[in-house]
Amino acid sequence: MRLQLARPEQTLLTPEQYNQLFTMHGVTMIFLYSLPVLSGFSNYLWPLLLGSRDMAFPRLNAFSYWIFLFAGIFLYASFPLGQAPNAGWFNYVPFTGADYNTGPNIDVYALGMVLLGISTTVGAINFIVTVFKMRAPGMTIDRIPILIWGTLTASVANIIAVPSVSLAFFLLWLDRQLSTHFFDVANGGKPLLWQHLFWMFGHPWVYAVVLPAMGIVSGALPVFCRRPLVGYTAVALSTVATMLIGFGVWVHHMFATGLPTLALSFFSAASMAISIPSAVGVFAWIATIWLGRPVFHTPFLFFAGFVILFVIGGLSGVMTGAVPLDLQLNETYFIVAHLHYVLLGINVFPVIGGIYYWFPKFFGRMMNEQLGKWSFWVMFTGFNLGFFPMHLSGLLGMPRRIYTYAPNMGWNTVNMITSVGSFIFAAGILIFVCNFFISLRRGALAPVNPWDASTLEWSTPSPPPAYNFAVIPFVASRHPLWEDRLEEGNGRSVLDRGYLLSDGRETIGTTPLDAEPDSILKMPDDSYSPFFLGLFCALGFAGLLLNWWNFTVLMALACSLSLMAWLWPQKTAAEFVPEIKFDQGATHG
Amino acid sequence: MVEMLKPEAALPIGGVDKRANGRWGVMALITTEASLFGYLLFTYFYLASQTERRWPPEGLPSLMMPGINTLILLSSSVFVWACERSIQRSRLVSSLAWLGLANGFGICFVVIQLKEWGKKKYDMTSDLYGSLYFTITGFHMLHVVIGLVILMTLLVWIKLGYLDAKRYSAVSIGGLYWHFVDVVWLFVFTSLYLLPYLS
Repeated sequence: MRLQLARPEQTLLTPEQYNQLFTMHGVTMIFLYSLPVLSGFSNYLWPLLLGSRDMAFPRLNAFSYWIFLFAGIFLYASFPLGQAPNAGWFNYVPFTGADYNTGPNIDVYALGMVLLGISTTVGAINFIVTVFKMRAPGMTIDRIPILIWGTLTASVANIIAVPSVSLAFFLLWLDRQLSTHFFDVANGGKPLLWQHLFWMFGHPWVYAVVLPAMGIVSGALPVFCRRPLVGYTAVALSTVATMLIGFGVWVHHMFATGLPTLALSFFSAASMAISIPSAVGVFAWIATIWLGRPVFHTPFLFFAGFVILFVIGGLSGVMTGAVPLDLQLNETYFIVAHLHYVLLGINVFPVIGGIYYWFPKFFGRMMNEQLGKWSFWVMFTGFNLGFFPMHLSGLLGMPRRIYTYAPNMGWNTVNMITSVGSFIFAAGILIFVCNFFISLRRGALAPVNPWDASTLEWSTPSPPPAYNFAVIPFVASRHPLWEDRLEEGNGRSVLDRGYLLSDGRETIGTTPLDAEPDSILKMPDDSYSPFFLGLFCALGFAGLLLNWWNFTVLMALACSLSLMAWLWPQKTAAEFVPEIKFDQGATHG
Repeated sequence: MVEMLKPEAALPIGGVDKRANGRWGVMALITTEASLFGYLLFTYFYLASQTERRWPPEGLPSLMMPGINTLILLSSSVFVWACERSIQRSRLVSSLAWLGLANGFGICFVVIQLKEWGKKKYDMTSDLYGSLYFTITGFHMLHVVIGLVILMTLLVWIKLGYLDAKRYSAVSIGGLYWHFVDVVWLFVFTSLYLLPYLS
């Protein structure tokens, strides 16, 4: 795309190809990359961070993964045929209605998104139950690692917001295939309904893809500043506050649609207000760096870079949150610049920093520092060189989604710089990828706690065994591994004595707030049922796409049979209260 | 602090009563499903508020059969609750009977609702109201059918002796979903049948 736009009047791509490319770029990055990558992190790290042996629903985890994979294949299946979604990632009607977009492109997108929504939802449910039920004893709600707050908030938001977009896409599909009239102007339908439903989901989603990444920074940056995060409570509360306000700002995507001024004013004010909780995070990070003794390892560079990019992206966000300025900037490259600053700045930089940070835990080897620093500086330079000039091209009036432009518009230089920058950025990513694979094979062996960090995942071997913890840890503070230095609180965490639970796959269930042990959980065995449920689900959606109604009904039956097989009561998982008498002072084993 | 590691009594094994993870999972599922119905009703009210036509186009809906059907659905919830109580007290036969009754009433609801659909002079494609009416009640119908499959599975499980006074969380959790399906119907019923009388 950047080659096509590097110079005016290029003909590398046809307009239709360009439309499909930028749509698939948006869909892939926003739906298939940005949240799933964070969920991947969380799925791996949560049990380790929480001192548990597993997530609450391991099979649901598998199901979420399979559905995600099938939805990805589904969305991409039509790409090689030249029939990919082609109307931008937010897919406005009436352009996407059956009258103007006749191919299967939009149907693929609509059904693929509903399928992906299932994956997101069950994943989010798993996170919520895990955090409230599976924490190590003693890890009260104010002692959970700050990283958890980001994903927890995002998960709660997801289960409330995702149905909106699934419904919107489903109604669109009904309009297109079964001739209903939800968005059909001629019969009283309203195109603006699409925008409402899409953005009621879309804006909370934006926070869902950034809050967990901010959590990564809040959790890992302090390790490199050699002190606890400044303002744990304020950061946790502002995370939740950001999300709450985030549900009341969706109309700022629709300022230019002719809504009443009163509505615009309200949503504009809410959009401005959201910068307050966001700023709490920024000041907490700056204060942590300021008051700490920073160690300039690669992860630190990525996290510090993130803070800078977040401030730039946040400022352009406040600008577009103001109605008059937004009317000028709407649909220009200024918006493209803003969203790349927030999505790459807040998602990609923390994620790559997070990979550098947890790589030793994942794979038992350290990543190469030299290459790591190179990858950061090349990425950071390329990113700013590529995306900062987009602000300018936007102010100069360049609209987004155009496949080429005339040479006399005054956009030639900025576009050239942007294209060059984007290739430098890609080179930085390439260095990172090379580093990843080289370190995987030749990296120095990692000790248990290479960064001298404070949270529980660094108390297990690198890489951790499948059961995570040989004995269930008991937690007495926010920083179980730093207690001797911090002199925080009275008690000490106990990591080497505790519940052994060695009778099959067991872990401990605790109460939601105080994390007192309340049951011993039998975790389920491996099973094929999540895979088959996912497969039949995806095939059912393929049946809808091809209008094979009987096949779809058959797949729905297959789904319910798989679910029954999944949930069929197991003798080993039977619940009962054992009648054991305890000797006072004996530890349960 | 460390006393926590030396509990006074034995911990139960597996998810029992309100502590079951499955219960939490279904509560979260209900939250997301409730949001789905929230967005469906938002769609209805948004489009109704913007319309320039008569709403509903056929005039006010008749309340007789839908009202009776609502009572049928609500009483099935009571039967599910009774089934849960019976199984907690080891009265397996009466729990089977209550659950069978709940299933029967649920099926009644589906049959009457299908008859109601058949009586309509419009369908999904004839106008905007038809699209909304059939999509919203269709979504609810789908949930009733899923709920019935759950209730029938529970019936089979009790019959096979998988569930008893010690192990009944499946009944509580499945029942929770059924209560949700019924409560959602109250919102759908109020929006589609009762509120037009007020405007």
